[in-house]
Amino acid sequence: MSEHTIAVAMSGGVDSSVVAGMLNRAGERVIGMTMQLWNQKRLPDIASDNATGRCCSLDDVYDARHVAQLLGIPYYVVNFEDRFEAQVVKPFIDEYLAGRTPIPCTLCNNFIKFDQFLEMAEGIGAREIATGHYARIDWNGDSRRWEMRRSVDRSKDQTYFLCGLKQDQLARTRFPLGAMEKTQVRELARELGIPTAAKPDSQEICFVPNGDYAGFIDSYFKEQGIAPTETQGEIVTADGKVVGEHAGVHHFTVGQRRGLGIAAAEPLYVIATEPASKRVVIGRNDDLLRASMHVREVNWISIAAPSAPLRAEVKIRNKHAAAAATLLPAAADGTRIEVRFDEPQRAVTPGQGAVFYSGDLVLGGGWIE
Amino acid sequence: MTRFYFDHNATTPVSPEVFQAMAPLMTTVFGNASSIHQFGQEARGELDRARRSVAAMLGAKAEEIVFTGGGTEADNMAIFGAGGHVITTTIEHPAVLQAAQQLPEVTFVKVDRQGLVDPQAVRAAIRPDTKLISVMHVNNELGVIQPLREIAEIAHDAGVLFHSDGVQAMGKLPVNAGELGVDLYSISAHKIYGPKGMGALYIRKGTELRPLLYGGPHERKMRAGTENVPGAAGFGRAAEWVIAESRAEAARLSVLRDRLEQRILTRVTGAHVNGSAAPRVGNTSNIRFDGIDSEPLLIGLDLKGFAVSSGSACSSGATEPSHVLAAIGLTREQARSSVRFSLGRSNTEAQVDALIDAVVEVVSRLRKLAPAYV
Repeated sequence: MSEHTIAVAMSGGVDSSVVAGMLNRAGERVIGMTMQLWNQKRLPDIASDNATGRCCSLDDVYDARHVAQLLGIPYYVVNFEDRFEAQVVKPFIDEYLAGRTPIPCTLCNNFIKFDQFLEMAEGIGAREIATGHYARIDWNGDSRRWEMRRSVDRSKDQTYFLCGLKQDQLARTRFPLGAMEKTQVRELARELGIPTAAKPDSQEICFVPNGDYAGFIDSYFKEQGIAPTETQGEIVTADGKVVGEHAGVHHFTVGQRRGLGIAAAEPLYVIATEPASKRVVIGRNDDLLRASMHVREVNWISIAAPSAPLRAEVKIRNKHAAAAATLLPAAADGTRIEVRFDEPQRAVTPGQGAVFYSGDLVLGGGWIE
Repeated sequence: MTRFYFDHNATTPVSPEVFQAMAPLMTTVFGNASSIHQFGQEARGELDRARRSVAAMLGAKAEEIVFTGGGTEADNMAIFGAGGHVITTTIEHPAVLQAAQQLPEVTFVKVDRQGLVDPQAVRAAIRPDTKLISVMHVNNELGVIQPLREIAEIAHDAGVLFHSDGVQAMGKLPVNAGELGVDLYSISAHKIYGPKGMGALYIRKGTELRPLLYGGPHERKMRAGTENVPGAAGFGRAAEWVIAESRAEAARLSVLRDRLEQRILTRVTGAHVNGSAAPRVGNTSNIRFDGIDSEPLLIGLDLKGFAVSSGSACSSGATEPSHVLAAIGLTREQARSSVRFSLGRSNTEAQVDALIDAVVEVVSRLRKLAPAYV
């Protein structure tokens, strides 16, 4: 195949189908590929045919293949299950058990989609990949860097999950939907005759049915022969008073209000989870506010690592409206940053990503300590 | 882009002569072979003729051939038809392996590192309640030929029925059911340039077997269901080709296969032929490339126009390493780095040379990519 062959990661959904259709119509040499990442029937306790937010079902493969057939492009299913379990699922569980709240989508982008998939594409003779992510990539000739920008459709923007992408990955990646509104994408899907045009968007974490993380972890433990009782413990207040018991620290995340089972005069929230002592610390809403945080393993995208304080807007979870802050380098190479918010932020959650923006421009991002 | 087919163990194209033999049986000669009238008689005539041809291919009598809906059905008939304890091997085709796993009493005999079954291990597995021994003739992934005659003797000494899945043997080596000593032998049309969905079970005269399907009295009450006359006619014509021409064709392919193996081993470092020390059919080559994942190798070759296969990839992309390669002692990584080339009528020396170049190119490209695939 030619140097210009593009491998499109096709999930069977509308977005990636449209990407394949657009590139094909533009005369590019396109190969469709579906990544098999997780066997949905593997954990029988939580396997269910009507669970939402699932990936890698045979139905999805059928849909992706159907689109590829309509477009007349070669199509392959590639199996990355081993790597996905090692690099995404296990760290996801470890993070929960360590009292943090992980984002597997970022790990999947870093270690699967823009690593193993990119490598697979190169191996089969495709120099570039394209995905249905909502983000924009541009070359800046002055800074000699690939820049990332939020998608034109701000409600679909996925840059929060793409903050780990390196320059060499961006150089070989196309996000054709970054410049489009979702409504345009659906219209284009109909225009291209894509049968999944009306298929609902996927939600939640793909390998966790119905967004039930704790249920997933319990089932995985059962499969691996790990006793779930190991993470049971006490619910305590900030001053150490025991007010209840819980079934496992992985059932809780910072900022969570529901499911505590504790009656109190004012609403109570999870302030922290302490895996070492297996304690869940609760408190009032105000106790959740943080004026600063540290971010580790920072990857700089649109700018080189800064050596001086920098103003930016910082997102601390996907649905967070980015908050104004000052970034202070906490390591000489810029891989650790102290973030000082102009206004204290609620529920700064260790394990989540922190992504730095300047308007639409994605400066970089890392993991909240 | 010109495409070249090197996956003849998966399936073969229907040959022009087979297609011609089948066409009138779907249009003008359409009768039900069980009908009394002349439409039926015409169809019956074609069915009988096909049965004689298929029987002749096996050196058998026409009445020893039961037509089935493919090799899998023939295998299932044999496995479920005998009753009692069954002995089979770890390298069988899933049509035998998965069927045997449904039985309450079954023993799986292991194979050696070349993929060969030790007849003495089969003998040792025989129990008083053993009713059937099933050992494939030629392995689909490795091309390794099993010592059927010795196993047949052991089976008969113990008064046990002997079945062999011969789907991958037909057309690749001479087969005579009587000489092999099999009681039951499964074959399939689409591996010998016949139609898909058509197979047969050879049942040696006098062998007691329960049918799998019940219904009308077709196929001497051994296989209910209106006879697939077009399929049978195609199978019969394919069998005639096997009888007349497959010996010369197998010799031609063997030369091409050896050329393929020798040149790949010379030009690619860290390449090994799986099962190379065992007797093999001449069209099959299973080659392992150190440090290479067969998945991108297979796709890379496909995009260059060369169709090959890797173990038992399924449509969902689940690439559990091949059970055959695991059974001969390969690690998961080794099994995942193995590719099967299977040659057939369409292949020429020029195609083989082009394939060798493509393999060299894709393997070297994959090896340049670091880190290695999981």
